[in-house]
Amino acid sequence: MKKELGLITLLFISMFSSADWLDVNMPVGVTDISQDVFGLHMLMFWIMVAIGVVVFGVLFYAMWKYRRSNNKKPAKFEENHKLEMAWTIVPTIILVLMALPASSLLKKMYDHDAEEGGIDIQVIGWQWKWQYKYLDEKVGEKPLSFFSNLTTPADQYETNQAEKGAHYLLEVDEEVVVPINTPIRFLITSNDVIHSWYMSDFAVKQDAIPGFINVAKTTINVPGTYRGNCTELCGERHAYMPIVVRAVTEEEYQDWIQQKRDAAEQLAFLTEKEWTVDELLSQGEEIYNTRCAACHQINGAGIPGFYPALAGSAVVMNDKSAQIEILMEGIRGSQMQSFAEQLNEVEMASVITFTRMSWNNDKNGDGTVVVPKDIVDYKNINL
Amino acid sequence: MSAVVEHHDHDHGPKKGLTRWLFTTNHKDIGTLYLWFSFLMFLTGGAMAMGIRAELFEPGLQLLDPIKYNQLVTMHGLIMIFGGVMPAFVGLANWLIPMQIGAPDMALPRMNNLSFWLLPSAFTILLSTAFMEGGMPGFGWTFYAPLSTNYPNIAYFVFAIHIMGISSIMGSINVIVTIMNMRAPGITLMKMPLFVWSWLITAYLLIAVMPVLAGAVTMLLMDAYFGTSFFDAAGGGDPVLFQHIFWFFGHPEVYIMILPAFGITSHIISTFSRKPLFGHASMVYAMVSIAVLSFVVWAHHMFTVGMPLVAELFFMWATMLIAIPTGVKVFNWVATIFKGSITYETPMLFAIAFVVLFTIGGFSGLMLAITPADFQYHDTYFVVAHFHYVLVPGAVFSIMAAVYYWLPKWTGNMYDETMGKLHFWLSFIGVNVTFFPQHFVGLAGMPRRYADYALQFAEWNAISSIGAFLFGASQLLFLYIVVKSVFAGKKATAQVWDGARGLEWTVASPAPYHTFEIPPKITKSTKV
Repeated sequence: MKKELGLITLLFISMFSSADWLDVNMPVGVTDISQDVFGLHMLMFWIMVAIGVVVFGVLFYAMWKYRRSNNKKPAKFEENHKLEMAWTIVPTIILVLMALPASSLLKKMYDHDAEEGGIDIQVIGWQWKWQYKYLDEKVGEKPLSFFSNLTTPADQYETNQAEKGAHYLLEVDEEVVVPINTPIRFLITSNDVIHSWYMSDFAVKQDAIPGFINVAKTTINVPGTYRGNCTELCGERHAYMPIVVRAVTEEEYQDWIQQKRDAAEQLAFLTEKEWTVDELLSQGEEIYNTRCAACHQINGAGIPGFYPALAGSAVVMNDKSAQIEILMEGIRGSQMQSFAEQLNEVEMASVITFTRMSWNNDKNGDGTVVVPKDIVDYKNINL
Repeated sequence: MSAVVEHHDHDHGPKKGLTRWLFTTNHKDIGTLYLWFSFLMFLTGGAMAMGIRAELFEPGLQLLDPIKYNQLVTMHGLIMIFGGVMPAFVGLANWLIPMQIGAPDMALPRMNNLSFWLLPSAFTILLSTAFMEGGMPGFGWTFYAPLSTNYPNIAYFVFAIHIMGISSIMGSINVIVTIMNMRAPGITLMKMPLFVWSWLITAYLLIAVMPVLAGAVTMLLMDAYFGTSFFDAAGGGDPVLFQHIFWFFGHPEVYIMILPAFGITSHIISTFSRKPLFGHASMVYAMVSIAVLSFVVWAHHMFTVGMPLVAELFFMWATMLIAIPTGVKVFNWVATIFKGSITYETPMLFAIAFVVLFTIGGFSGLMLAITPADFQYHDTYFVVAHFHYVLVPGAVFSIMAAVYYWLPKWTGNMYDETMGKLHFWLSFIGVNVTFFPQHFVGLAGMPRRYADYALQFAEWNAISSIGAFLFGASQLLFLYIVVKSVFAGKKATAQVWDGARGLEWTVASPAPYHTFEIPPKITKSTKV
């Protein structure tokens, strides 16, 4: 016991010496709604504290006052109708007083969701990443769309060899950029299982459900980078699909949209380019490690019962067109999802080439290289 | 009824050896089997919790990969609910209901034997998945579709749930038939002890909702193996429908795990305050109201699925209503203590801790009912803290209180009081150090069912893990105390506790193998 107490004391000391211990309450957040929610939360909290002080006060007083050594003869009463009426009616009144502000805030939140105007962003949950589609901003004919993947390197969490960064598990490759002081309507859905899009700074948590579109509207008052999580168990890497929203001024937002458009044009040029096998392989390995290895593993061996091995797989060794089809369409009823929107033609070709050339697949199979043009051809025929 | 009822027939004692336990139809034997089984499951599920807390001791993955982590989280929930808490209450029901109503045994003794022996079979099937390719279920005890429909080995999970459900339904029928038909003449419904009342209500809840759970798992099985699309949006199904069905079972299930605890606590607090329970009738009405309300609040588990405003408002208001009868119960307990002559033996310590910590769980429950705030709390550690406060220092503490309280009646020996108190204080400290910090990380935004977490939550998680290890280790002490009292200890009198009321205290300690073969005479002055 002494040792444990010492350890606990030590932990408390170390805790108070860092600033993190202040994180014991809900964030106030950066939207009008989130501030209202925080106010409601604190109101409820203090009501609970007040009730607790009264109830536990009476209990502890009675426990001390009527201990046997102090009170040999117990009373005999079994009921008291007035008292019982009182402690039924008074709590009822308190509950109504609690429910009324809660109901009106809830109504306000729903009204806000229903208001016209603002930017529409579709949010799609995937195992285990988020896709964002800016429905009002077109790139070519399609809406601006990208995937947001965790960027914390595996050596920070799997092997724990590297020191954990400041935004450990809360950092992504593509942030959702939005303007401040503009209503943003998130249209939330899912591609596979149920996820939940949770940004506590906006007091937004909406389940992403396949076949449903849930609406959450928010107007951010303060520029900054805000981080959130998936909050519905969605399988193995549930803890590894964070959300990062960067709120900027309207001007910066327009610049960012322009950059996205330029990047799309640049990509069209890259697809035309002649790629060497080495270029494809080095890019393919990087993509494999960030997008595929979570399931199929770094060594391509998969996880028996969950994810098939790619090393020695007949499709990966021999049937180039079947492999392209699987990556483009996914496999229905399994966790293999479609990568058609997640990877561009160059990325798709290089990761396929990488799997076909690794783990002796090239020696045991046909060792064909897949180039971006193969993917373009597939899209022209099938999409 | 202070005289000890002499046992007159010595020919019908228990059989010897293993067959006694395999073929027994004696309510006391079956009660003992249930209690030991639940203790075994409590230690198994507890070991899994230790694994979970060890992994969460610091950020990063150290001991488990995320698949194994999810499996432990899932199995911890399933084992503690269906293997730990529920069988423990059934065990207590078996031991106590016949003795408290003056009946010779349960009404359906052979079915009683079957409903127990189904349980080890169900858990063998469920746990056998640990040795299969793909492993144990890892989709959370709530098994939300469509995550669960694509999971390996779910047929085993479904089959195990069916068997547990059959066992529960048979147990409930037995309880209801016993209470309705076998009360000693003179024990009217409103005179019935509160533990019996709490179980009568619980049994009706079980019969009402277990078939709903069976329906949910069957639809899941059909989706997974027979090509239906109940819950698959791509086939025209509805994933939210699953949650409505599940929580229509799941919320009454929560009260199934707490109503018997209310009954136990009422007995113990009255005994050690040496005062009759305050508001016996209002306690009954409160439990009935809680049970009825439990059918109309299920969607408060689903505030974030995107329901229309009216639905959210309805479920918020309905949920808050439950605070009224629950409050009445807490006030009644406080009033029972008031002006009593109180001593603090181990059962009383656990019972008082139950009242205080369950109430804290009730406070966080009330906060969770507030829909706009729930958008922040939902599926964070705030919820984990809430339901562990009502289930561990709630249901589990009440079971421990019950074991200490009735153990002398069961074994004939007093347990070691000093050790019992030590066990209480270690558990009390352990439970609060484990679960109180989880309120903080939850409010600060740490989602539940996470194998790994952001650095800001590290300190509180480390403290929570230390508390969990303390709580886990102190349960081995509990095991030691119980085993010791089976074999040795100061001989207990029939009355055991001077303030205790009820027919079970009129028979010798240990209770003879057969009691009340002739119904006891109940007069106006009999305290039941």
